[in-house]
Formats: sequence, C-alpha cells, structure tokens
Amino acid sequence: MFILIVGCGRVGSAVAKSALDAGHEVSVMDIDPLSHIRLDRDETSTWEDAGGRFTVGTALEVDGLIEAGIEQANVFMAATSGDNTNLVISQIAQRRFNVPRVVVRVADPARAAWYAEQGLQTICPTQVAIEQAEQVLLTP
Amino acid sequence: MYVIIAGAGKVGWNLARELIAKDREVTLIESDHDRFRVVEQELEHAVQYGDASELWVLERAGIQRADLVIAVTGDDEDNILISQVAKKKYGVQRIVARVNNPRNLTHFKMLGIQPAVSATDLILRLIEHEVPEYGLVQLLALEEEHLEIIELEVLEGSLVVGRQVQEIALPEGSLVISVLRAGRGFVPKPSDTVASGDQVLLILDPGLESEITALFASTGAGASA
Repeated sequence: MFILIVGCGRVGSAVAKSALDAGHEVSVMDIDPLSHIRLDRDETSTWEDAGGRFTVGTALEVDGLIEAGIEQANVFMAATSGDNTNLVISQIAQRRFNVPRVVVRVADPARAAWYAEQGLQTICPTQVAIEQAEQVLLTP
Repeated sequence: MYVIIAGAGKVGWNLARELIAKDREVTLIESDHDRFRVVEQELEHAVQYGDASELWVLERAGIQRADLVIAVTGDDEDNILISQVAKKKYGVQRIVARVNNPRNLTHFKMLGIQPAVSATDLILRLIEHEVPEYGLVQLLALEEEHLEIIELEVLEGSLVVGRQVQEIALPEGSLVISVLRAGRGFVPKPSDTVASGDQVLLILDPGLESEITALFASTGAGASA
C-alpha cells in the first residue's frame, strides 16, 4: 500500500515509521524541514535509507501534495497540528484525488463528531483522553 | 437580518461597522485576545471573543438564527471550515467567504463555498481591465446562475471586423451587450458595425469563451469557429 501522511509531528512520524516497518510505501509531508529528524532511526540511518519519502510543503498547495504522491496514494492521513487544515486537506484528498481511504486527526471532539457524521473517518485524541480519564477516575 | 462575521481584522471590523450603520444586527467573532479588546472598545457587545471554527462559539453567537455568515479570517482553512459548518450543519442560507491565497480558490469552489472573494483576484481583474493587451477579461462571474460577463478587444483582422452585429455568428447562449469605442460605451443596434480596437462586452454561458475569442480576437487561420 502507498500511504501519504501530512504532518510529521509525534503522531504522523510514529505512524509513518510503523507503516514502513510493516512493508508499506510511505511518503511524509510537512511544512517544516526540521521535522524530518523525527523519522530518522538514529544518527547513522536516515528515513530515506530505510526507503521512506519526505517532502517539504504546505498541505493546501496542490503541487506539494502531488509531489508527495497523492495521486498514487491508497491511504491518506491528515495529522498536522491544525484541525481545520486537517479537515480541509482530507476533503481535498477524498474528493479531488479520490484517495480510497482517508483518515483525519481532529483535536476538537465537536468538530470530529460532526465531520464523522459527514463521512470522514476522524480520530480524536482528545475524546480518547476524555474517555480514558473518565474510566480511570470515575470507575470505583 | 442577522449577520455573523468571523474574524475582526481590517475586513471584518469595517464590514461590521458598515452593516451596523445600516441597522443590521451583527456579531463579530475574534480569536485574538488583544485584537478583541481593541475592537470591543468601539463595538462593545457586538464583538465576541472566541475561535469561530469552534462549534460552541458559533452557537453562542446564535448561528442557528443567522441569515448571513461572513468568514473573513486570515486563514483560508478556517474560512472554509466556518462556511462549511454554517451552511451544512446550521443551515445558514447565505455565506460569503474570503480567500486569502488565490491559489486556494479551487478548494473553496470544490467544497461548494460560494461566493468566495479573493482581494488579489479582484485587483488582478482591475489591472486586466486597465491593461487591454490581456485580451479577454472576465468582468463578472455568477457561478450559481451560470452566467458571466466578459470584455475583449476586437483585433485587427479578426472575423468580426467590419461586420454588423446581427451578422456575427455568435454561439448560442451569448450576446453582445455593449461596445466601448474611443472612450465611450453604447449598446449596439443589430445594424451597428464592429471595428478593430473596439472593446466589446458580452454576456454568456460559461464555457463559450474560446469560441468568442476565436470570433473577436483571433487573426490566424485557426479561427474556424
């Protein structure tokens, strides 16, 4: 599978690495070139050595997405730090580039819930944290 | 009419002022606290502090009863999201969105956010209007109504030069509405003759531009239309 991940923070980089380990083709895009460091295993082995791709670019710029391989992607994950950015680019991936599987990280539970109703596959870390905390704190 | 404006930058603040002066009920939403304080000094309760892409902030502003939502923050993602939510979740009838980066205009269109206004685009069109060598200028595009008005200069040697308006084989769905000649505009009669150097205004269905250009502004053999 070809997986494109936009946003190379903690979540994006970790998912990228495990996807590559699992034998998938993985391309990561981030606006910050320094974020690449999260992908390197150690000082001697880089992300590219391991077979990964990395593109510097802004997610809303279609040229950057194409360079990162969105036209070939089977899976697209939007994991930048901006909820609205993630929600917009995942709709672009879905509607304009017809990527079959689109996953979007949304920190705000309200927006995550509504866009899930609209047919986006949303992941809401905040909601997960709330549920875990409730379980730990409120279970007798 | 109740209007919600997201973003109290120069555009949002001035829009709020103008609309309030016209006795519209307005709520302006601003997420930057310092900016909010400044604007609040003038607009008082008409401005609220908060992130307009948060649903509860929109609900607190009364989006359920809004007739018009204007998304004019400095972030295109935010403007897209606010417009989308206003329209689809809360059923707001009318939306106006600002496009900060004209390259993002395609995203607004693809996601059905109309009208999307780009200042850069508007200024570019004005420049094109002033500088005729650009050829065809789109003066007005009503996307939903499928109608546009264009202006183009009649080139020497093109098919229409010396023809009467009624003789021009315009494609169906287009009409010459005005001719500008020597700094003066007039609505042509069917028997008026088109000359090279005229600026011609046409109203047309979108998609006919290339056929029109072939008639009015093409000198080559390729002008078979």
